[in-house]
Amino acid sequence: MSYKFTEDHEWVLLEGDVATIGISDYAQGQLGDVVYVEVPTVGDEIAKGDELAVVESVKAASEVYSPVSGEVIDVNTELEGAPTMVNEDAMESGWFARIKVTNSSDLDDLMDEATYKTFVEGLDE
Amino acid sequence: MRYMPHTAAEREEMLTKIGVGSIDDLFTDIPEESRLEGLLDLPLHESEMVVEKNFRKLAAKNLSPYSVPCFLGAGAYQHHVPSVADHIIQRSEFLTAYTPYQPEISQGTLQALFEFQTQVALITGMEVANASMYDGATSCAEAVLMACRVTRRKKAVISGNLHPHYRDVTHTTLQFTEFETIDLPPAVSGAERVDDHITSEIACVVAQNPDFFGRLHDLSALAEECHAAGTLLVVVVNEVVSLGAITSPGEMGADIVAGEGQSIGVPLSFGGPYVGLLATRQKFVRQMPGRLCGQTVDQDGKRGFVLTLSTREQHIRREKATSNICTNAGLCSLAFTIHMSLLGESGLTKLASLNHSQAVTLAEKLEAIDGVDLLNDSFFNEFTLRLPMNAASAVEKLGEKGILGGVPVSRLIPDDPEMANLLLVAATETCSASDMDDFVATLKEVL
Repeated sequence: MSYKFTEDHEWVLLEGDVATIGISDYAQGQLGDVVYVEVPTVGDEIAKGDELAVVESVKAASEVYSPVSGEVIDVNTELEGAPTMVNEDAMESGWFARIKVTNSSDLDDLMDEATYKTFVEGLDE
Repeated sequence: MRYMPHTAAEREEMLTKIGVGSIDDLFTDIPEESRLEGLLDLPLHESEMVVEKNFRKLAAKNLSPYSVPCFLGAGAYQHHVPSVADHIIQRSEFLTAYTPYQPEISQGTLQALFEFQTQVALITGMEVANASMYDGATSCAEAVLMACRVTRRKKAVISGNLHPHYRDVTHTTLQFTEFETIDLPPAVSGAERVDDHITSEIACVVAQNPDFFGRLHDLSALAEECHAAGTLLVVVVNEVVSLGAITSPGEMGADIVAGEGQSIGVPLSFGGPYVGLLATRQKFVRQMPGRLCGQTVDQDGKRGFVLTLSTREQHIRREKATSNICTNAGLCSLAFTIHMSLLGESGLTKLASLNHSQAVTLAEKLEAIDGVDLLNDSFFNEFTLRLPMNAASAVEKLGEKGILGGVPVSRLIPDDPEMANLLLVAATETCSASDMDDFVATLKEVL
């Protein structure tokens, strides 16, 4: 069980067949103060690459695309009242949604933490 | 000499680049019959004096509603706008339709918009209103799009007693989207079973109050039916003065109110520019189209105004914006705000009750004419008559005698024999007793 990352700066944590999804600490830093997160509805069927959520900061609104296919089984309703949790704790309490994944091989092409770190360093240069 | 910024070679290069044969090919979306073939039959040049004289001659052919007895309505109403409104909107600080690009340095404009939003929210009985839309019809179309976004459903039920132009503009707006409408036929009798069409697939029901024929409705039961199915109720108001007398859409359970604000502050002006109103519940605010002005405090704790929730808008959100509306009806909304401020709450109530009593007086006089039937069992300041002759011909003849005697229903609902003899008549505070007497006497002659 370990974090995986996409090039769009989403993280996925797979536990059994349930994937928790959020945005990386790097992403929240780039966005600035998050003012709103639009999360999906429990029961939504999401395909890999579909829009999963929208993060709105004082600077921009960005779509979050799902790195996996499956059914949304839980969403982080606390974000509605406290969107800054994304800034304060992007990798844990700032999660967006949990998806029951149809195919765990969706995660195969994602980066592990070390690779992602190198990837982000490359972006900052 | 015309200044042509591009050479023929440059134009050719651009056309080749985008793969179009000629400039005319860029206009193929415009129907053939609407395109101009060749030049208009006009003199190549004429002196300013001659042109001015010609235009004055043409203008004199119009029958101005401000100089003859006028009973026109059907979505645009003649009201008295205090001259102070015109004076204030002509101050140079306000002379632009645009919300400023550096909004926060224009505190005056923002405050005016904020007051406008507050007034619209108060009269419609809603929690939040935006800084205006283009007009009532575009506002109606935007309300349908918004309801589809909120509910994630794709169909809207349109009452047959919605103003036909509003329905048409909604169709135009929806035609390149995945959304569609179920259109009910006009119901002159007022008996319309909208609720039969509400299912869990319907994003919203669009109903107008007072409706196109002038009838008033208690929409509370419809609102409950909608909500039970997870459907939103969009209420359209195109005579905003009525809100001074009747229960607000918000109190009846509306989820979105789309309105035309022309009656307050804005002259008839041949149909525009007008000012669209859009109000909703706080919980839907992020799906709202258009600009929104908010009140806040600056670093010293002083009251100030900002444009807020801009991330919904196209300059930030691009193709995923809640709307492609680029600007608003800023100047007309300012006129609305000034006029409404002058009226105040009690003034609006008085104006509304005056409108209603004028209409009651006129309706009684007209109904007393042999062969004329009043079709409404309720109305605000406009009602529908059935004449013993074709209503369009009657209006034509009244016009020849210097009276703007209402709008024939067939003008908006053509090719329907049931509508041919129906006439929409409006009476506002601007009609004098002698205007009414002239109308009644002349109509008797015409029939």
